[in-house]
Amino acid sequence: MTPSPNEHTVLHTKNLSIGYTHKNSDLVVASQINIGLKKGELIGLVGANGSGKSTLIRTLIKIQPALKGDIFLNKTRLSHLSNLELAKNLSIVLTAPLISKNLSVTELIALGRQPYTNWIGRLNENDKKAILDALDLVKITHLRHKKCYELSDGQLQKVMIARALAQDTEIIVLDEPTTHLDMYHKAYILKLLQQLTKETQKTILFSSHEIDLAIQLCNSMLVIKDQNVIHGDPCELIQKNIFQSLFPDDLITFDNASGKFMISK
Amino acid sequence: MARIKTSFAFTFAMLSFVLLICFFINISLGSVQIPLDAILEILSGSSAPSTWKIIVLDFRLPKAITAILVGSSLGVSGLLMQTLFRNPLAGPFVLGISSGASLGVALVILGSGLFGGTLALAFVSKWSIVIASSLGSFLVLLAVLVVSQRVRDTMAILIIGLMFGSVTAAIVSVMSYFSSAEQLQQYVFWGFGSLSNLAWDGVGILSVIIIIGLILAIASIKSLNSLLLGDAYAKSLGLNLKQSRLIIIIATSLLAGGVTAFAGPIAFIGLAIPHLTRQIFKTTNHKLLLPAVCIFGAVVMLICDSIAQVPTTDYTLPINAITALIGAPVVIWLLTRQRKMIF
Repeated sequence: MTPSPNEHTVLHTKNLSIGYTHKNSDLVVASQINIGLKKGELIGLVGANGSGKSTLIRTLIKIQPALKGDIFLNKTRLSHLSNLELAKNLSIVLTAPLISKNLSVTELIALGRQPYTNWIGRLNENDKKAILDALDLVKITHLRHKKCYELSDGQLQKVMIARALAQDTEIIVLDEPTTHLDMYHKAYILKLLQQLTKETQKTILFSSHEIDLAIQLCNSMLVIKDQNVIHGDPCELIQKNIFQSLFPDDLITFDNASGKFMISK
Repeated sequence: MARIKTSFAFTFAMLSFVLLICFFINISLGSVQIPLDAILEILSGSSAPSTWKIIVLDFRLPKAITAILVGSSLGVSGLLMQTLFRNPLAGPFVLGISSGASLGVALVILGSGLFGGTLALAFVSKWSIVIASSLGSFLVLLAVLVVSQRVRDTMAILIIGLMFGSVTAAIVSVMSYFSSAEQLQQYVFWGFGSLSNLAWDGVGILSVIIIIGLILAIASIKSLNSLLLGDAYAKSLGLNLKQSRLIIIIATSLLAGGVTAFAGPIAFIGLAIPHLTRQIFKTTNHKLLLPAVCIFGAVVMLICDSIAQVPTTDYTLPINAITALIGAPVVIWLLTRQRKMIF
């Protein structure tokens, strides 16, 4: 079940337990997590509400400490990396709304260059090229002079992805990048992520409720169920009937043939 | 991009020009009328000793420089607070920083009576007030920050700041109950705010404090910009959150505490100047905002001071009242006209 990490693995975990520490006892959200994310892969993380998707994401990006076990980034323990070293290897896109929407698109993407700029944040030619490349990759060059408050939710999500691209990291982690978006833009953003993994060979991990879209687009998927994290490629997971038991079957059931959830009749 | 840069350069040039004009207007106004050419002559050092020369060099010039220092540093401290707390309502006053400074000063002025009688009042030096005020503001800010680590809700943080303000006000009331009329008067006058209390030595000390504060603020520009995205993003960009927060807090307490110690608790400037500057420059990039807030704060303070001395009369109104009377309606007008607060 768990492939041992090889030279293609950029991030892997070893007997990882995630959750929250309370005064006396730990609240374990999931345990015995052994996963390996490979270079150039698009990985979807799915699970029911409250199953621990955000907790896993927050632990992997070092916002929240792990309860037990280790996370390795290219064979280096995550806990041994400084914030700055981590910033050069891993960038994030979060669900929380932007606090200051008065930055221009270019200014916002330029913030992604912070790990590389000097003490006052001066952009050199290299940085400027990275910003233009990011705009180009996400195809939002026409938006570059706009202010963030002028953008739609879908456009803003693309800008946030461009910011993560400008940070020039091997791994990008996105927490529910498709919330607040309409059906078209949900598909558009996930398709964009798939293209980016192909064009840039970056590893992209995202959590989402769009299970059917993820099945169609991802190289592999992480499913959180009953405090376990199951890792596999979508077809394999379907064959093992993993999605069938993801939700209570009184309302929706998973149809293996079409790879979609249907209303129970 | 180039077009945007030149327009910023133009606005900066205009603002600096306005600052220069306000500076000369401020110096030429007062209870004694001195023509502008005489002032220019005195400032260039080519005039013979006279009463005019003493008035300009020993009274008006230090006062104008104090106004510039006070305006810039209160504006910058407000900007730092608004970004750090990610709250457009934050400012040195709202978060209880100024009340912390007031408590420190009250302890020195009023508390001296409790321990050593009127004799101790003589020992209330400029330095002890500065230290007490800076220490007071630093401690209150630190307390607000510690509490803000526990509560994530920024509205709660503001209310906690207001509570700190109430507590310090209550302690000051209790202390004033046991103080002599002389001490009370000294404290109340400090509370009015005044730019004219400072002689050259005071201006020198204040400048040193403010320059240190501004250097720390400039060093924080990069972290301030990443904090605009929120703590999680800032950390993911490689920022050492604890260290940057501490630097920003020290800068704020030096700027707001120093000014409050020398010129009293001056209302409104810290909250309003960053907003007015954002309206003019239409940006939240601190690389532009910080110098802009500096110049614009100085301009507004010079104008308020010119009004406060009620030209051609002997009256000098409390500067604290003028900043609020002139400023608050301007902010209300601007915000209702723009219908949108830029943050």
